[in-house]
Amino acid sequence: MRSPDARTASPVYRHDADHPRQFERAVADLAAGLRRWRLAWALARLDIRNRYRGSVLGPFWMTASTAVMVCGIGLLYSTLFKMSLTEYLPWLAVSLLVWTTINQTVVDSCQSFVGAEGVIRQMPLPYTVHVLRFVIRNALIAAHSLPLIAVVLALTGAIPGPEALLAIPGLVLIAINSCAVGLFLGIICARFRDIPQIVANIMQLAFFLSPVLWKPQLLGADAAWLPFNPFFALMETVRGPLVEGGASAMIWGAALAYTALSCTLAMIFFVRFRGRIAFWV
Amino acid sequence: MAHIEADRLSIEFPLYHVAARSLKKRLMARAGARLKEDASHRIVVAALRDLSFRIQPGERVALIGNNGAGKTTLLRTLAGIYEPVGGRLEVAGSVGSLIDPGAGMDGEATGRENIILRGLFLGMSEAECARMAEEAGQFSGLGEFLDVPIRTYSAGMAIRLSFAAATLMEPQILLMDEWFLAGDADFIQRATQRLEQLVTNADILVIATHDMKIVRTWCTRAIRLEGGRIVADGPVADMIGD
Repeated sequence: MRSPDARTASPVYRHDADHPRQFERAVADLAAGLRRWRLAWALARLDIRNRYRGSVLGPFWMTASTAVMVCGIGLLYSTLFKMSLTEYLPWLAVSLLVWTTINQTVVDSCQSFVGAEGVIRQMPLPYTVHVLRFVIRNALIAAHSLPLIAVVLALTGAIPGPEALLAIPGLVLIAINSCAVGLFLGIICARFRDIPQIVANIMQLAFFLSPVLWKPQLLGADAAWLPFNPFFALMETVRGPLVEGGASAMIWGAALAYTALSCTLAMIFFVRFRGRIAFWV
Repeated sequence: MAHIEADRLSIEFPLYHVAARSLKKRLMARAGARLKEDASHRIVVAALRDLSFRIQPGERVALIGNNGAGKTTLLRTLAGIYEPVGGRLEVAGSVGSLIDPGAGMDGEATGRENIILRGLFLGMSEAECARMAEEAGQFSGLGEFLDVPIRTYSAGMAIRLSFAAATLMEPQILLMDEWFLAGDADFIQRATQRLEQLVTNADILVIATHDMKIVRTWCTRAIRLEGGRIVADGPVADMIGD
């Protein structure tokens, strides 16, 4: 009566180490995990509440710190780059917010399984739930900063046209990539505990190598190389529609290619190592 | 019908975050221990080795053996947490596990929120969960404390809540660690009733325990594990006498 489906369906769990059917299990895990999004949502909300417990601003601290950064960096770099503030500021605001989101997500992805150790070792759950929890958690944090973009765009009079709606598929691409990275880095970091430090270092380097503070045009002819930077391609799918009147087909193509690549890689690792995660965390 | 069938079931834990090199030297010196090197030269603990058994509906099985014999690992494997490294395992029927009462509890959330969370972990809908929280709240007798973060609870209160939340399900196969039968003296009377009901409604009970009293009152069959192997398996009366 309490769990009618479980009672009547009488699930059968079969596992034969000689025929592990890894692919089938991984796909079933993904499907079951996505169906349990309510659980992932509840856990993600608890995560956020716990992280900012007792804090007055809570997740808005990130908005506040980004706002301060936008003002400070905006004043300095618009002078350095000899650009007008109204031209530079909207671009910087969107850039910084998208970058902070990507950065936090990648750094946090190392914890997607290790952080859920207590649950993984005690309860049989689809591993996808933990990844979904991590993605929703980061999406919720990012959502707190969205008003800041609107404020900056309104203040500088750089209100985008209807093409701004294209930022939504851009955000979807980032979310899909977050899932892939959460699976991929989550698995690797469960096995090798040095990876999170390496990832943090790479992200710091990527911040300077990607056009976050500087505009791609400053590179001149060399800007043609930029699509090889996956962070640039993904950032541009959101930033382009919001402040540059849209992103080029090249950018969208590159972003889609990177997404396909990251999903394939994540799936290969998930299929191969899913059964080992419980032993590793 | 619910049943459990294991055929040469093996579980090995890799040991990664220890000094594998010095461990290997010691392994060379002492052959036959539970630590061994696997095919890809990792040091592994053979937690379960070649277990074969079949549990029929209606059986109440006690897993007995010393600490580290593999009882809890076997429970976790049956629950589907660890995937077998070798052999075959078939578990037919809905499984409920009472392995760690605090599993999935969040210290910052209130008692009620934790019960709802547990319901979500078990795959219930939110409406079901809210109803369940009411029932579990009454059962645990926590009263107004139900809406206070559980990090402020006393140990006894935490146990009551965990117990109430963990016994929300009605599985066909119930996996239990003896932990669940230890606890607050006040509470033990009602807890026992609820457990009895849970056990009676389940088709199969597998319980890991040291306590022979529990084995005698609750079980029909005992499996003795030693060093990850089954050393004896039979009716309770034959296994532990009176």
